[in-house]
Amino acid sequence: MSLPIKSVENIAHLARISIKEQDMPVYAHQLSDILNLVDQMSGVDTSKITPMAHPLDAVARLRADVVLEGDQRDLFQSIAPQVEAGLYLVPKVIE
Amino acid sequence: MHKKTLIELSQALQQRSCSSVELTRYFLERIQNAQHLNSFITVATELALDQARVADARLAQGNATPLTGIPLAHKDIFCTLGVKTSAGSKMLDNFNAPYNATIVEQCQAAGLVMLGKTNMDEFAMGSSNETSFYGPVKNPWDIESVPGGSSGGSAAAVAARLCPIATATDTGGSIRQPAAFCGITGLKPTYGLVSRYGMIAFASSLDQGGPMGHSAEDVALLLNAMAGFDARDSTSLNHPKEDYSTSLHDHISGLKIGVPKEFFGEGLNADVGKVLETALSELEQAGATLHDIKLPHTHLSVPAYYIIAPAECSSNLSRYDGVRFGHRCDHPEDLLDLYERSRGEGFGVEVKRRIMIGTYALSAGYYDAYYLQAQKIRRLISNDFHEAFKTVDVILGPTSPTTAFKIGEKINDPISMYLSDINTISVNLAGLPGLSIPAGFVNKLPVGLHIIGNYFSEARILNVAHQYQQRTNWHQQIPAGF
Repeated sequence: MSLPIKSVENIAHLARISIKEQDMPVYAHQLSDILNLVDQMSGVDTSKITPMAHPLDAVARLRADVVLEGDQRDLFQSIAPQVEAGLYLVPKVIE
Repeated sequence: MHKKTLIELSQALQQRSCSSVELTRYFLERIQNAQHLNSFITVATELALDQARVADARLAQGNATPLTGIPLAHKDIFCTLGVKTSAGSKMLDNFNAPYNATIVEQCQAAGLVMLGKTNMDEFAMGSSNETSFYGPVKNPWDIESVPGGSSGGSAAAVAARLCPIATATDTGGSIRQPAAFCGITGLKPTYGLVSRYGMIAFASSLDQGGPMGHSAEDVALLLNAMAGFDARDSTSLNHPKEDYSTSLHDHISGLKIGVPKEFFGEGLNADVGKVLETALSELEQAGATLHDIKLPHTHLSVPAYYIIAPAECSSNLSRYDGVRFGHRCDHPEDLLDLYERSRGEGFGVEVKRRIMIGTYALSAGYYDAYYLQAQKIRRLISNDFHEAFKTVDVILGPTSPTTAFKIGEKINDPISMYLSDINTISVNLAGLPGLSIPAGFVNKLPVGLHIIGNYFSEARILNVAHQYQQRTNWHQQIPAGF
């Protein structure tokens, strides 16, 4: 299969990645190659196979619902691009 | 000093015939003199010397571990408090982690001295170390060749004797393939044996940290420090603590070695194949027996991997949004522009490609055909190994079908790059432990022997590797000029 440029633009938007217009054809070509590679899976009969999410089929471990860590907001915000009064700043969302 | 084994260095420290500060200075100088390899992103000179002084005090007090005072390097994927953690990406070029990874803490607790952080493919996505924002690492055996990836910096640094041991991670072969290309010993443990806490996530159901060194003996010692249950990693397995050094010396007579025809078929370089045959007969002479086995779904491992890994990466890497940490674009017009340009500028081409494949595979209408089907294929691949381990103890083959390729040779052809991991990926999909050890040379480039074991059989495969290394000296070879 060959992905049209329009689809690549849509995927890039879903992934929230800006791609320069002149780079689109290369991405379209390479993503198509990868999809052709993985297409080998489509002919395999897996109707009776259970999907494998964990190598040892382990399930998520639970712990008691108690607070283990204190507030580290200042530490974590010390590496943020833009903060003010304990808040992360982004461009205005609501007019 | 750089020609000594880890045990010899440890003994020298314990007997106080050299200090950790001396040893640390010695390796820091070697790193300084080998800058052309580009194997380090950050060299932590002051911190290393501080840690060495602490280690010397501990050695003097007599409460040292066998690793106290030994210098090591961490792959730049492990978070280190006070030292930049970049994961080889522009996205994290300004990232100073607010905490240490569990394995970094474990290594500190053992008294190991961190020399610095090693170069790697961006977010561990690559097989040649060419996707790093900090430029490619060079293979010490041939500086025009790649060291492999993604742990190329750790492998090149160990191979060039810039550090005796290093940490690394393996999602589809990222410890074993560079270990093979650089002629060192590298182990990917059973999934869940080594904590992933503080290890920057790529594909969470496949990622696993592990040790690199010059020999199975050295790697076993580092694994002793790295392995163990961690409540902070939800996928950490509560497996009893083992000493991986104790069974190294066991004889391997009667060992049943499975030789899968799928690893010796089309695509295997003929000379690499010959090296492997010699290695297998060496093990036969040590008393092992060879058995033909089948892993019939091996050819589906690369396709399944290139859905599962990108799908998980597209989810894991959604955290890089330009808001909380990492790269942020200048003058965003609005929130969408902030996200899209921060990510567009911060990620390199390979990372973008994989995020997009993952996004596509998980998008409405495609989930069953791609992700679910890949997870089912993953079960088939895993079942192949289960079947095989009913009749054999370990499985052997070439780590990579070729020796190291040239820098630039495959970087513009993702598919051919992906296929270079054909022998290692299935092991990650099944979650099994795998080890690569040097087994010879083709045209002066190292060849890796891949030893795969059943779950939690790290001690066994290290034993096989050690017995091989007792009979051969490939692991003692040092590249010219180092």
